[in-house]
Amino acid sequence: MIASDQISAVTLRDVRKTFGDFTALDDVSFDIADNEFFTLLGPSGCGKTTLLRMIAGFESTSSGTIHLYGDEIAELPPNKRPVNTVFQNYALFPHMTVTQNIAFGLQMLGWSRSEVDARVREMISMVKLDAFVARKPSQLSGGQQQRVALARAMAPRPKVLLLDEPLSALDLKLRQDMRSELKRLQRETGITFVFVTHDQEEALSMSDRVAVMSAGTVQQIGSPAEVYNKPENRFVADFIGETNLLEARADKVQGDTVTCTLPDEGILLAKTNHAVVPGQAGTLSLRPERMTLLSEKPQDDCLKGHLKDMTFLGTDTQFEIQLDNTLTLNVRHQNSDGNELQIQSGQPVYIRIAPNAARFLVS
Amino acid sequence: MAAGTGNGRTISGTFAAVRGWLLLPSWLTIGFFLLIPVLLMLVYSFLTKEFRGGVIWEFSLSAYDQFLFDRGLFGDDPPRIEWTYITIFGRSIAQAGGATLFCLLIGFPTAFFIATRSSHTKVIWLFLITIPYWVNLLIRTVSMKFLIRDNGPLNEGLLWLGILDDPVKLINTNFAVQLGLFYSYLPFMVLPIYASVERYNFVLSEAASDLYAPKWVILRRIIIPAVSPGIIAGCILVFVPSLGAFLAPDLLGGAKTFMIGSLIEEQFKGNAGNWPFGAAASMILLSLVLIVLTFYARAQSRDQV
Repeated sequence: MIASDQISAVTLRDVRKTFGDFTALDDVSFDIADNEFFTLLGPSGCGKTTLLRMIAGFESTSSGTIHLYGDEIAELPPNKRPVNTVFQNYALFPHMTVTQNIAFGLQMLGWSRSEVDARVREMISMVKLDAFVARKPSQLSGGQQQRVALARAMAPRPKVLLLDEPLSALDLKLRQDMRSELKRLQRETGITFVFVTHDQEEALSMSDRVAVMSAGTVQQIGSPAEVYNKPENRFVADFIGETNLLEARADKVQGDTVTCTLPDEGILLAKTNHAVVPGQAGTLSLRPERMTLLSEKPQDDCLKGHLKDMTFLGTDTQFEIQLDNTLTLNVRHQNSDGNELQIQSGQPVYIRIAPNAARFLVS
Repeated sequence: MAAGTGNGRTISGTFAAVRGWLLLPSWLTIGFFLLIPVLLMLVYSFLTKEFRGGVIWEFSLSAYDQFLFDRGLFGDDPPRIEWTYITIFGRSIAQAGGATLFCLLIGFPTAFFIATRSSHTKVIWLFLITIPYWVNLLIRTVSMKFLIRDNGPLNEGLLWLGILDDPVKLINTNFAVQLGLFYSYLPFMVLPIYASVERYNFVLSEAASDLYAPKWVILRRIIIPAVSPGIIAGCILVFVPSLGAFLAPDLLGGAKTFMIGSLIEEQFKGNAGNWPFGAAASMILLSLVLIVLTFYARAQSRDQV
């Protein structure tokens, strides 16, 4: 994705933001590539919105630099930055029609009337709002307002489009439709998108790369598959998707494969991103859908337990398995034909864990 | 089903009756303190004047005739337009308009400043704005007269500082009346604008800035349209009472700044008054105010889509 000869769209170096004693961003540094769909993902208060607002120019940096396609922008006011924002609650101008809203930025840039008209028409058909051009925002549904906000922000052809939780006010069905819509718009226009969300599903489904943030720092940056499959630490493993976290000790290390011991002396093979030394304590992350439940003891290594509880979830069934000591594991089993699992509560079950399913995390 | 409908009707009927009774105090208040006095004034304006004040119950158009036409000393010359009262009206409108503009220029930034403070300092600022209004308007206006008279503290102070060589004539000028009206009605401008700015979503300013708008364009094209209900309400609340004000013009102005409020006041004072003429002038003033309010109502309903 990131070619070395290519200049990056946004370059953050040691960006820091403090509000009094509170550190909202703690020396954040990373690059966002040109033409990338980049997502800042994290729980509320992790600093993702602050970071977005700094790129937009609504917040100043306490220290550090922000470059946009090679130009330092930290000192520029928002109206001098070639970036546009889609706001969380859209922030459409209530006294202006759809057309006037979309035209506003173009007029401010001093485009001629005919250029503005042509561009507004183009944007309106792009977001499929042709029937609503003369309406005011209060006469539009949430989804339509969302489209106006997108059209308004994309009309001036920004170098980078910033999106601050733009889908959070929509209902589920619309949100899912808008995901693919956003992805399509990003691909068609080639504009770099920086998308802020606390919804991991949104982040995984749309992004080229995701930066997982917590407490003002970036925990991990990678493709959706990387952050899901190879979490850097406990926070990332826990925040993205569902997982089982178990305390474990590394016994033997061979390359990226660690042989670990669980508190109940059960032994597991796991992969790791880190340089682990034998004897090191850490955490095992086990994804519920990567484990296989068996009612008969298999030949190879497995964990033994008994069924405590089960929850039917439609596509899957979630089993809560009590291991021989106090540990419990959640295991997901897909409900497809010929894949039925006949186990009763309290009955012993065996859990097979593929070496790729478990990650050994040191922090 | 039929019983249910009947029951529903009874309940809603009872409710409507109760609501009617609950509204009674409002109707009584409006009736006694608004409608009846205005109707009384309307009736009096069409009566004949009694020379020692009061009226003779005899229909007459002479009050309106006196306002508009000059028929000579003995009332038998051909009618000419009487400019005296029209001039007073014109002057009053100009004074009230000036005071409104003055209040808007000072009141808008003040309201904006207060609305953008933190929530606990806001309360303090609003309190400070309203503090002078715990003192009676008459006393405040007299104090103003004392402050700006030729040998008052303002002139003395400026002389002492060497800014002036001779005292400036402030009292009995249009400026003094403006100042008095401004001081009397400023909070009526500040408070409604404050309420509007308070409700203004400042993310809209960010959005405009994000779309390349410089600060003054944001003010003109985003903020002012959004807070315009407050601006219009403030202007009406200052303009209407300024138009009929008589304390400030009486105490701070002289004969050259005679205003409609004073004219009306004089007609009802002592033995020299002319009640029907005062009533007619009031009705003309009221009509002017209603015209202004109608325009406002039109503008409001056009904005509400």
